[in-house]
Amino acid sequence: MDASTRTKSRSKKPQYSRFTQQELPAWKPILTPKWIITSFVIIAILFTPAGLLCLWASERVVEIIDRYDDDCLPDSYSTDPDSFIQSNNTNKTCVRTLKVPRKMTAPIFIYYQLDNFYQNHRRYVKSRSDKQLRDPDEADETEDCKPINGNDDGPIVPCGLVAWSLFNDTYKFFKGNKAIDIDKKDIAWESDKKYKFGSNVYPKNFQNWELIGGGALDESKPLSEQEDLIVWMKTAALPTFRKLYGKINTDLEANETITVVIQNNYNTYVFGGEKKVALSTANWIGGKNDFFGISFLTIGGVCFFVAINFILLYVLKPRPLGDPSYLSWNRNQGAQ
Amino acid sequence: MGTGRTKRVHFSKIYSFQCGRRRYDDDGSQIGGPGFSRVVYCNETGGVSEGGQSYYADNYMRSTKYTPMSFFPKSLFEQFRRVANFFFLVTAILSFTELAPYSAVSAVLPLIVVIAASMVKEGIEDWQRKQQDHEVNNRKVKVHRGGGVFESRQWKKLKVGDIVKVEKDEFFPADLLLLSSSYEDAICYVETMNLDGETNLKLKQSLEATSTINDDSSFSNFKAAVKCEDPNASLYTFVGTMEFQGQQYPLSPQQLLLRGSKLRNTDYIYGAVIFTGHDTKVIQNSTEPPSKRSGIERRMDSVIYFMFFIMFLTAFLGSVYFGIVTKNDLDGDRQKRWYLAPDRSDIYFDPNRAPIAAIYHFLTDLLLYSYLIPISLYVSIEVVKVLQTIFINNDIHMYYEEADKPAHARTSNLTEELGQINTILSDKTGTLTCNSMEFIKCSIAGTAYGRGVTEVEKAMAKRMGSPLIVNGRDKYFDDDDNDPSLSVKGYNFEDERITNGYWIHEPHSDVIQKFFRLLAICHTAIPDVDEETGKVTYEAESPDEAAFVIAARELGFEFYKRTQTTVSFVELDPVSKKRVERTYELLNVLEFNSARKRMSVIVKDEDGKLLLLSKGADSVMFARLAKNGREFEENTKKHVNQYADAGLRTLILAYREVTDKEYEAFNEKFTEAKNSVSADRDDLIDEATAEIEKDLILLGATAVEDKLQKGVPECIDKLAQAGIKIWVLTGDKMETAINIGFSCSLLREGMKQITIILESPEIIAAEKEGDENVIAKISKESVKKQILAGKAQLSASTSEAFALIIDGKSLAYALRDSIKNTFLELAVGCASVICCRSSPKQKALVTRLVKEGTGKTTLAIGDGANDVGMLQEADIGIGISGVEGMQAVMSSDIAIAQFRFLERLLLVHGHWCYRRISSMICYFFYKNIVFGTTIFLYEAYASFSGQAAYNDWYLSLYNVFFTSLPAIALGVFDQDVSARFCLKFPLLYQEGVQNTLFRWRRIFGWMLNGLASSVIIFFLCIRALDPEAYNKNGKTAGLEVVGTTIYTCVVWVVNCQMALAVNYFTLIQHIFIWGGIILWYLFLLGYGAMPATISTTAYKVFVETLAPAPSYWFVTLFASIAALIPYFCYNAVQMRFFPAYHGMIQWIRHEGNCEDPEYVQMVRQRSIRTTTVGYTARSIARDNTLSHLNLERQPPK
Repeated sequence: MDASTRTKSRSKKPQYSRFTQQELPAWKPILTPKWIITSFVIIAILFTPAGLLCLWASERVVEIIDRYDDDCLPDSYSTDPDSFIQSNNTNKTCVRTLKVPRKMTAPIFIYYQLDNFYQNHRRYVKSRSDKQLRDPDEADETEDCKPINGNDDGPIVPCGLVAWSLFNDTYKFFKGNKAIDIDKKDIAWESDKKYKFGSNVYPKNFQNWELIGGGALDESKPLSEQEDLIVWMKTAALPTFRKLYGKINTDLEANETITVVIQNNYNTYVFGGEKKVALSTANWIGGKNDFFGISFLTIGGVCFFVAINFILLYVLKPRPLGDPSYLSWNRNQGAQ
Repeated sequence: MGTGRTKRVHFSKIYSFQCGRRRYDDDGSQIGGPGFSRVVYCNETGGVSEGGQSYYADNYMRSTKYTPMSFFPKSLFEQFRRVANFFFLVTAILSFTELAPYSAVSAVLPLIVVIAASMVKEGIEDWQRKQQDHEVNNRKVKVHRGGGVFESRQWKKLKVGDIVKVEKDEFFPADLLLLSSSYEDAICYVETMNLDGETNLKLKQSLEATSTINDDSSFSNFKAAVKCEDPNASLYTFVGTMEFQGQQYPLSPQQLLLRGSKLRNTDYIYGAVIFTGHDTKVIQNSTEPPSKRSGIERRMDSVIYFMFFIMFLTAFLGSVYFGIVTKNDLDGDRQKRWYLAPDRSDIYFDPNRAPIAAIYHFLTDLLLYSYLIPISLYVSIEVVKVLQTIFINNDIHMYYEEADKPAHARTSNLTEELGQINTILSDKTGTLTCNSMEFIKCSIAGTAYGRGVTEVEKAMAKRMGSPLIVNGRDKYFDDDDNDPSLSVKGYNFEDERITNGYWIHEPHSDVIQKFFRLLAICHTAIPDVDEETGKVTYEAESPDEAAFVIAARELGFEFYKRTQTTVSFVELDPVSKKRVERTYELLNVLEFNSARKRMSVIVKDEDGKLLLLSKGADSVMFARLAKNGREFEENTKKHVNQYADAGLRTLILAYREVTDKEYEAFNEKFTEAKNSVSADRDDLIDEATAEIEKDLILLGATAVEDKLQKGVPECIDKLAQAGIKIWVLTGDKMETAINIGFSCSLLREGMKQITIILESPEIIAAEKEGDENVIAKISKESVKKQILAGKAQLSASTSEAFALIIDGKSLAYALRDSIKNTFLELAVGCASVICCRSSPKQKALVTRLVKEGTGKTTLAIGDGANDVGMLQEADIGIGISGVEGMQAVMSSDIAIAQFRFLERLLLVHGHWCYRRISSMICYFFYKNIVFGTTIFLYEAYASFSGQAAYNDWYLSLYNVFFTSLPAIALGVFDQDVSARFCLKFPLLYQEGVQNTLFRWRRIFGWMLNGLASSVIIFFLCIRALDPEAYNKNGKTAGLEVVGTTIYTCVVWVVNCQMALAVNYFTLIQHIFIWGGIILWYLFLLGYGAMPATISTTAYKVFVETLAPAPSYWFVTLFASIAALIPYFCYNAVQMRFFPAYHGMIQWIRHEGNCEDPEYVQMVRQRSIRTTTVGYTARSIARDNTLSHLNLERQPPK
């Protein structure tokens, strides 16, 4: 090290760099009228067609919804639905007829919809054992499932409130007298079937508890094939939710009448819930949902409106200087 | 060692009276009693006798907060003392129980990250302190090893009782007992600036008994035992005895050399170590520096408390609702929500014990809603502030080339406070001034000489851009006045009529000769002749004195030798035109003191004539002139007034011839007075000297510039324009303080001065009486009366600017509880306040008064140890590191090298830091409210059961990962306007003073914005996704889909909001803002790809579910935009129609300066309050005076 570099390194003079001197090249945008109006107009221009597109897509979806919980309650039990639904001896078969408003092209999705059912309740959501569902060797992992974790016969598989309360209404669809095939395959997410529900895990001891909750499971089928269970166990976000029941792979023509034979097993009466069956087609936007379109249009419209207002303001007050009397220190001064 | 022995002079005898401090009465009876138990055996290792009964601390100095052992427990404890951190600790502990709505690991990890970051910062800071300690502890000093041999040893290895040898300009390594020095009479000079801030040298003298042991070898057999007081904090007392050669000698502070002071002007001393390390007086005297918190942080704490309140409230409401719903689940035996199995519930959900369940649930809710509190806020602020201080330290514009000193922020937690300073309390000497005096002008025989220009004149000339007319000569000034001829320190005199020996052609050359002879003789400076070059340098008690001797030397009267009884100098003989040596016999020195305000010497010249040479303040000197000595009085007075106006310190020079008889009479009386021991000794001396210092013949006057630091007037002007008040607190006398006030434009002509002093006849009479109570009573009344009179003046006139000048004595009464508020009101009403003759304690008290009385932020700036109290008391203490003393710097928060850097420090860094921190905090609350509210809203849809919509890891990483980095970038890099504009529009600074950016209105505005964004996002998302199918496979959205979508929108909105709020995009901002969003998607991919055991509900959620569905992207798009529209509209309107000050400047920048100079001017002048101090105000005032000559001229003081 020679003398000059040594003195240089010993100097405490800060090194100049644009970074340390806070002089980095910077973009300093300022909300000029041009900027504001342009951005609002751009949003309006983009959102209006997007909204129309969504509305159009939603419009093309055909949807039939039928609430059946009240109507499937026999009049004699109307004041005491509990004993109707809890009894093993009542006839729970119920027949509904639906009219197809427009042509529905396959696949047509069958949903059941529950209202006021808190699948997102913390106690409910936690009451499951993912390990047990995945791996037959971990059937004893039922700590989280209490109180529905096991009995004298061993652990319950699948354990927990979610599985226990499995939805067990069944639907059969008839066109005239001809039954319509319901495809129960691929109603659950692929990843659930593959990774979360084991193909070698079989239901055990299920609904064998002192209380019977919802539906039973076929003990000969592995969990990964029990797609109804998988769908059910994907807990819903909100107390009103739809879940996929199955698919109809034939088209339904307009004005056709569909008969639905429902086994009304599931007890929603006791907590004031509702049950609906829904048939719907779907396209890229999903089911029938005007909300996308309306949202886009509303936001686009608001932006357009704001843009107009700004234009008017700038035309009326082309160069409004900031009035310095607004500055707080002047205001304080004036107040004194 | 050089000239050591040749210069052996008994300088202690120069001090004919007042030599050092009076010795303390020996109080031998205390020795050995309680508090006086210390026994030191000198020259025996360890200072311990053979019995070894005592052990004293070693000389190792530790200033670190932690030791390696205590670091973890202690710093952890420090961290959890913060309410928010403690809360998060509690939540982390609770998260291990069943109460937790999320997994424990996800809750603990962010806390660990946050705490670890803070602790790492603490650790680094402590490490730096350790490095400093290391440097001090490893300094070397010569220690007696035995057998008369001295060896170099590290300070930390020093033991009590060691004999050390300290050489010139070295610091004392411990408290030493002076044994002997290079001078025969064993005196030495010490500089105690680090201890008390006084710059003059103190004289110490050893016992006569040990004074002869003054070379290395004589210590081989030296033995002595010292019994003395225990370590204590009093710097000015020391009681002890020394047993030496069988005799007992009393010891006094006169023999004690304190650590922290420095040996000056003495080649070496020998000393015995008495107190080491933490026993030394300076360490005992040091107080723990107060920890300071900025106003912003205090307010932030209240915001956090407010958020806590909101959190508790929501949790309370939620759990009440939860309790009711849970209770309803079981109606007798009838289970309502049977799927929850309410009859077999554990305690947390048991309908039969609903109240208890609700209480437990309250805790769960607290855990869940804790996301309303930004966990990473504290650590982010710390990180940001550290980075901000790095910027401050690296600012090239605050680097002082000459001293090689950059700015140094010693604490990082006050940066934003720099942007809110309301009042600056400044020391004078060494802060405003360089503490170097320059001989600049003089008036001899009624003629003014000297063409030098003062700093303030330069500043005004530069501003007006006009040639400055000085003494009829035009002169242009440029920035670098590097004229090599002016480079003599302490001398800035320029006048071709006198310099280079031309004075002999002047009309009154005999007077001129006497004048400069007087300067060369009448002083107490000591010459130091460099043997190689023959150049003479001087060691003087005060810089004034040095300036005189230097001036005399430069003008050809070179003082080069002082002996005990003679003063020798070389001068030009006007007749022979040759340089001749003259030696005057020095008979008496009549010392300067503040009462006499003059100093004289009596000398016998080479012809045997007795002369009394005298110099002193004009107030005392003119009265002492002889009738025939007033020839030049009128002109001299005129010049003195001019000099005083120009901010110069003046002294009057006069002489008389003394007859032998007169002298003998005087000498007898004087000697008698000196030797008297009665209480009125000083009075007797005064009386004796007054008798001979009369009938003087006036020679002329000197004008010395107490040189302002470079750029001080400009800086003060800028600060004044920024609306910052500047108070000067100085220990100097009133005249000097006022002069400086003028020279740095804090005072100007036309300003009404309200002076509060205690010099009315009745007080003086009372002081003569000596009754303390009477004096106090009268003084208090007087001060009160003067304050009230001042207030009356103040309220009577609105147009004039007032200046308040108060001296220390009056200040003592003005600061009493009963009148201090009145005093404060008066002081606040004045444009300038100058407190002179104030003690360090008064400085601190004034600072506290301003701080607490006005509730505004104060900044104290000073360089000496006497400013330490003030620096610690003020909200921010700035130390000037230009001069040698480090005490002020060590107790300051930020050290800068020059006063003028304050301008950039406050107006640029202060403003930026304030803006950055306040914006960042607002943003933090905003983003957490957006997030927390979505959680709360979701609760409303989950019957308040405590279920979060988000995966555990989304929750915990929100604060740490996806949103904090842009906020930190905002806190570190944002600039509303560039440095240039900050300085150009100093009024911008008022944004900080008025705290416009961190008002409650703004904080709540941001919170409201957060609430609005959150509500928009939440409802758009849930309405769009439920209950219909959301993709073309007919799948419906479950909890994980809805949660992830809402979260995506939140991340987008929060980051885009940042992009909208920031108006300064460097690459870094882009990286952090857009990076935060990209990071979220990457996280989704990565986390979703992990095995389902780890990722649980997030497993493949993005790849399989969200990404292929157009509705997910659509929702993200319109929810984000909808959530941002309200703020965007607000901002657009506000920016255009009601811009804040920085907004106006942004418009100016954007539209180009030249477009509308009127607007620029309007913005610049945009304040109803006009500035009243600074040279801008001064030149405006002067213009006014010129145009309205009716304005009364301030009578010169």
